[in-house]
Amino acid sequence: MSEISLQVDGKQVTVEEGMTILQAARSVGVAIPTLCDHEKLAPYGACRLCTVEADAHGRTNLIAACQHPVEKDLVIRTRTEQLDRIRKVLLEQMLAHAPDSEQIVALAQIYGADPNRFEKDANFCILCGLCVRYCAEIKQKHAVGFFDRGAKREINFIPEIAVRECWDCKECFPLCPTSALQAAYVLTEALMSPPEPVAKGCGGCGG
Amino acid sequence: MDIGKIDQIIEKHDSEASLLIQILLDIQSTNNWLPKEALTRVSEKLAVPMSRIQHITTFYKTFSLTPKGRHEIHVCVGTACHVRGAQDILATVEAVTGVKPGETDPDLQFSVETVSCLGCCALGPVMVVDGEYHGNVVQAETAEVLEKLKLAETAETLEKLKQSETAEVVNLCACQ
Repeated sequence: MSEISLQVDGKQVTVEEGMTILQAARSVGVAIPTLCDHEKLAPYGACRLCTVEADAHGRTNLIAACQHPVEKDLVIRTRTEQLDRIRKVLLEQMLAHAPDSEQIVALAQIYGADPNRFEKDANFCILCGLCVRYCAEIKQKHAVGFFDRGAKREINFIPEIAVRECWDCKECFPLCPTSALQAAYVLTEALMSPPEPVAKGCGGCGG
Repeated sequence: MDIGKIDQIIEKHDSEASLLIQILLDIQSTNNWLPKEALTRVSEKLAVPMSRIQHITTFYKTFSLTPKGRHEIHVCVGTACHVRGAQDILATVEAVTGVKPGETDPDLQFSVETVSCLGCCALGPVMVVDGEYHGNVVQAETAEVLEKLKLAETAETLEKLKQSETAEVVNLCACQ
């Protein structure tokens, strides 16, 4: 594989073709904040905290470093006034969901994010997809997945699979940047604990 | 829903996992909604994880995971229809069918949905009943269309009842 050289925060980097900008930056010790990246999982680009400025072909773009492959002569800036502002707003939005997440609070201090800027909607999940992707890509159990879309999108366990697979695994729990995942599991477990699932709907006809 | 019918639909699409959405659409249009057995069957036959099917079926509004009525009523409440009195039409639909938007009656007769635009604003206010467009509707006309449907439903039910009664009589005769 051919090697590609680019510039990250003024440092010259030479990496193999096909690597991402995030990996290239890490190889020279430049830290880019991210919440949804995991070395064993395919890039997903959910949290957008790794957004960086990239100069190429005479213009500047904002790109997600975790997904964008390295290009020849790319000039990357990982910390500018604009990027700080973008990350600050993203963190403020995440804080509205998960105000007590240690990872998010730590990042919020760096970027000066105000935890009270947006109205609190504490469902704790920031939809990073780490659990969903880990279960699908590494464990191949597909016990947890995304449901619904837009503002209502959420993670949920498939009860039938969860009851078989999750009790002895729970490997996704430490991945979660918030506590949402564990809560979702506890909920599923609670739903599954009665021997017969409680029948919803009409009690009269049993339908 | 009959498992055989589901298998037939899956086979029509060569059990091809990439045609998952098309298969789900076919089941939806045959059965009006997607029962859990159907999803489990599709998941097994196509070797697609259940989480993926749940993801897709909850993502697209076309799919319904709850039972739908035999008659689907869509009332447009987009801007053009709204200013031309869509709210009145919706209120009439609710009064005649007794079903609120997004709901279905216990007899599975009607399902009522609001939609945000049907692309024919010049006809506003628009109501779609079982795929048939009713444009420039007024409250009286709305009520009339729905009452007709209700009557037809009642007639059908009576007919069925009569048939089953006749069948019972025949049965009685046979065993005597």
